[in-house]
Amino acid sequence: MSSHLASLVGLCDGQDTPNLLNIISNSFRIVQRQSTKLKSQTMSSLKFYYDLMSQPSRALFIIFRLSGMQFEDCVVALRNGEHLTDEFKLNINRFQRVPCINDNGYKLAESVAILRYLSAKGEIPEILYPKYFAKQARVDEFLEWQHTTLRLTCAMYFRTIWLDPLLTGRSPKEDKIEKLRMHMERNLDIIEQVWLAKSEFLTGSTLTVADIFAACEIEQTRMADYDVRIKFPKIRAWLKRVRHSCNPHYDAAHAFVYKISGTGPQAKL
Amino acid sequence: MAQALKLYYDFLSPPSRAVWLALKLSKTQFEACPVALRKREQLTDEYKKINRFQKLPALVDGSFHLSESVAMIRYLADKNKLSQQIYPKDLETRARVDEYLMWQFRNVHVPCGTYFLKGWLLPINGLAPKPKPEVVAKLVKDVETSLDLLERFWMNDDYLVGDKLTVADLSCSSEIEQLRLCQFHVNERQFPKVAKWLERVRIASKPYNDIAYEFVNQKAKQAAKL
Repeated sequence: MSSHLASLVGLCDGQDTPNLLNIISNSFRIVQRQSTKLKSQTMSSLKFYYDLMSQPSRALFIIFRLSGMQFEDCVVALRNGEHLTDEFKLNINRFQRVPCINDNGYKLAESVAILRYLSAKGEIPEILYPKYFAKQARVDEFLEWQHTTLRLTCAMYFRTIWLDPLLTGRSPKEDKIEKLRMHMERNLDIIEQVWLAKSEFLTGSTLTVADIFAACEIEQTRMADYDVRIKFPKIRAWLKRVRHSCNPHYDAAHAFVYKISGTGPQAKL
Repeated sequence: MAQALKLYYDFLSPPSRAVWLALKLSKTQFEACPVALRKREQLTDEYKKINRFQKLPALVDGSFHLSESVAMIRYLADKNKLSQQIYPKDLETRARVDEYLMWQFRNVHVPCGTYFLKGWLLPINGLAPKPKPEVVAKLVKDVETSLDLLERFWMNDDYLVGDKLTVADLSCSSEIEQLRLCQFHVNERQFPKVAKWLERVRIASKPYNDIAYEFVNQKAKQAAKL
């Protein structure tokens, strides 16, 4: 390479023209490669693997954008099974799920763990995820509560009514749909009656990550033709507030959901 | 004097045992408030004032009421009520513990909890008939899938995260130990790493472990005779 550079700055002679052209173009390529490498290093060392079809992926996507955090977009197409390859398992996430991150070599899965890690690194504003004691504990309480309640039942509903028929070509029976809907609505009812009893947002008067995780979970049911707004007026009003507080990132994250469900945020079902 | 920290718990609830053990192992003073699930004490109006979700465990610190065990662990750590070993302060180690605590919901808590509920708790209280053998086989299979995942992903070191006992171990072992009530025992040949790790956790959490599991041990012996 040193001789290439030497010839370029005219320290070498005796080169014929085609050779020189070759050298120039080769050196140009080297310079170009170096500059891209440099660019990605200064830009961000955090890789974010996600698919906007996944609820927690959308939640983190919105949170990162709202936080103004620098990250490298690494889209993983779940529909093509890109998370199921050996390469993904070995190099990206041993659990073969999204979302996950790679922060300068440190690999981490599970959306809430990722959120906490980045918050500890000072990447998430305190207003979105409070830093200490009681305030953070209230948000943590929601994030844990929702796991085996709202998240599980909404995801089951979505999977059985939308995803499984798509994969198997068979529709679920009416009584099964009814049962899943009941389980889901029992938890939606707790959101309506308990979490939104006294405040504008789930854990107080301002938007936090709890609202974003919950909204992404509930929005997923649109694709299974469920309209949460009919039976739950408080959730309806709260969803509007969450979307408004997060936009334009909320709509960007939900573009697929709107498209697949055929319902925009303004649409009346 | 500051008001004492209160923990509402039942030794029959896996997250109750995990938080209780974390506090004991950290030598933290607290007021122990047992709530008997078998008497459905968590469903009383009085308890609803303690925890609006009427679940166990619950933590009361002055006027602050908190449910959900991981939220409690984080809150207690913030207030310096937990040893740094139990819930590490180091950024990457803590994130790995957090990763486990979230991962376990779907992969450990749901299969172990379902087996416990359908295999022991509901039938023993006359709330459901004894499950049919094919139902039990399915429940056991789900638990074994969970043990297989633990064996493959979380058993590279002596403990789930590194070479010291953390709250991840307390939480995980609590879910598995409870299955002795269903006469389920971890097969050492099938899951050698998990079996050795369980023993390691039992020893590392002595002497409190014996108290937290007294009821499980006693009932497991009774159930074995039936």
